[in-house]
Amino acid sequence: MVKMILTGNESAAWGARVSRPKVVAAYPITPQTSIIETIAEFIANGEMDARYIRVESEHSAMAACIAAQNTGVRTFTATSSHGLTLMHELLIWASGARLPIVMSVVNRAMAPPWSVWTDQLDSMAQRDTGWMQMYAENNQEVLDSIIMAYKIGEKHHILLPTMVMEDAFILSHTSEGVDVPEQKTVDDFLGEYDPAFKLEPGDPAGFGSLIMPEGPYMEFRYKMALAMDAAREEIRKTTKEFGELFGRYYPGLVEEYHTEDADAIMLVLGTIGSTAKDVVDYLRSKGKKIGLARVRYFRPFPYEEIRALAKKTNMLGIVDRSYTFGYGANLYTESKGALYGHSDIPIKNYVMGLGGRDITPALLEKVFEDMLQISREGQVDREIEWVGLQGDKRWSV
Amino acid sequence: MRKLTIPEEEYMLPGHTACLGCGATIAMRYVLKALGKNTILSIPACCWAVIPGVYPRRTLQVPLLYTAFEVTGAAISGIREALNAMGKEDVNVVGFAGDGGTADIGLQALSGAAERGHNIFYIMYDNEAYMNTGIQRSGSTPMGAWTTTTPGGKRRMYKWEPKKSVAEIMVAHHIPYVATVTIAYPEDLIAKIKRAKEIKGPKFIQILSPCPTGWRYSPDKTVEISRLAVQTNMFPLYEVVKGTYRITVKPKNPKPIKEYLRLQGRFRHLTDEEIERIQKQVDENWKELLKKEKCTNEE
Repeated sequence: MVKMILTGNESAAWGARVSRPKVVAAYPITPQTSIIETIAEFIANGEMDARYIRVESEHSAMAACIAAQNTGVRTFTATSSHGLTLMHELLIWASGARLPIVMSVVNRAMAPPWSVWTDQLDSMAQRDTGWMQMYAENNQEVLDSIIMAYKIGEKHHILLPTMVMEDAFILSHTSEGVDVPEQKTVDDFLGEYDPAFKLEPGDPAGFGSLIMPEGPYMEFRYKMALAMDAAREEIRKTTKEFGELFGRYYPGLVEEYHTEDADAIMLVLGTIGSTAKDVVDYLRSKGKKIGLARVRYFRPFPYEEIRALAKKTNMLGIVDRSYTFGYGANLYTESKGALYGHSDIPIKNYVMGLGGRDITPALLEKVFEDMLQISREGQVDREIEWVGLQGDKRWSV
Repeated sequence: MRKLTIPEEEYMLPGHTACLGCGATIAMRYVLKALGKNTILSIPACCWAVIPGVYPRRTLQVPLLYTAFEVTGAAISGIREALNAMGKEDVNVVGFAGDGGTADIGLQALSGAAERGHNIFYIMYDNEAYMNTGIQRSGSTPMGAWTTTTPGGKRRMYKWEPKKSVAEIMVAHHIPYVATVTIAYPEDLIAKIKRAKEIKGPKFIQILSPCPTGWRYSPDKTVEISRLAVQTNMFPLYEVVKGTYRITVKPKNPKPIKEYLRLQGRFRHLTDEEIERIQKQVDENWKELLKKEKCTNEE
């Protein structure tokens, strides 16, 4: 193990490097670009043995990964924002073809207006594509989660692709100390890629041919649904296995922080977690019983963990860094859906930090205070609230 | 007796689901005969996404990756590089796409793949419209044609723009091999694919594949119409090897295009003046091709 100072994007590149993909498709987009640049340098210097396809779009990047993975090799690509949404068609293709591709996604706002800063609408809009979706909190978790994504996805009862998210700039361009694991340990952990099927001359198999309504289309989709459900246990198992081998333990699908006796618990995704932990420490030191749950995997959705959280507390505050126009944001609506019939505690959606607007400790402190008040009163003042809008005195800090 | 140059091996079993008299089906049969067993195919949305048959039945004897409409160029790039990473450099990697998937929606991915120089075959079977969706105009639809999106009507809204020349676009990519072929000249088709097999890099081959359903002619006329396309200079057969043009079939006395057009319902509405205009265009294109052949062969 080597300690290095790495940005989130360098960590992603290292995660890919030690996982030994044989084909990498590369197309630039801010703020992802330094991932594929770092990989290009690894390959150019002979430190990584992979075919590097400089495709002419993200759409082609995913198409090339699909075709290469279907030919029998591990693949990797990375993207952000417009690049990810351009891929949308092929994301559904990749999971439908049951190819455990791994992709780094640097969460960035969608235009218009142009913004390169963090916002999770890009990946939230891919919720229904059949990909596992993992949101990282720090650079170490970015690197480790890429390795684990290959391990989990490649299991023959799973066979699903994974996107590993990092918040733009907050992780992608910020350096932290990161333990880069030894190649041999990763090799032992991942093993050689063992595809469940592949294109091979002499074996005239067809992948993706026409199916009539009475054919097994629906059964293929049902098998995918079962695989995504089975992935929950596989994620819990793999994080444990990873911990035993690498000495870093990740808490399955949801990380909990001081939830044991909390009057109110905040649910977040990504880097909001690390800011919120500081605020929890501060408020706890002042005797306020609050807790935090950081959802690591949004797909598969951790409905059991969220039901268990609701049993421990009197109020859930759900922070989303994106919005679903029409009703609430995804983490909120999905959590609420999971809790229906299981819990009557008040739940509120806080929409924050869109387009990279800073989510500061002071702002989160106010949100926690609002949550505690709702916890005391036993009901929400409103279901959904946008926090930190210009000129909104309620949230000025 | 002349020696038979068409391989006897068959890689297409009976039972395909194409229309009667489908030119694209004949095209695939010849292409596979020329390429042989050591081949991986990739096919996007097009007639050929349906022709192999409904799951789990399939008429083709080579492995096949179906892909989305616009990604053939990227898909064959991915297959090629994965095979190379595994040390399987001898496998033919072939994209087989229609004219809509090549000239229009798939042009970007094709251009990218050609420019990157992968060792691949890209075969455009050109039936001159979106036939799988039911005869809509593509960039490769010829001047004057009726389609369901150029239906004529009171305003004579037919396809008046010239056919996009994808072969010439590919020549502009400086790839080592570009050729046009058609099913009425199978020896020419097979010889060109075999020549391409000997060349490393991107190979682009455009196959004119008449479509009785979309061109509005009797299914028994597919080969005849395919031959007339060459004899009238509507669709010249040539190859461009590392930039050098060679016209492989030169009609001594080109027939008037009227003979070609009059066999097809899609041109039925054309007036003599309009046919004359198209004839002029065809003559100019032919002259231009002769010039290209001449100047690229000069020392």
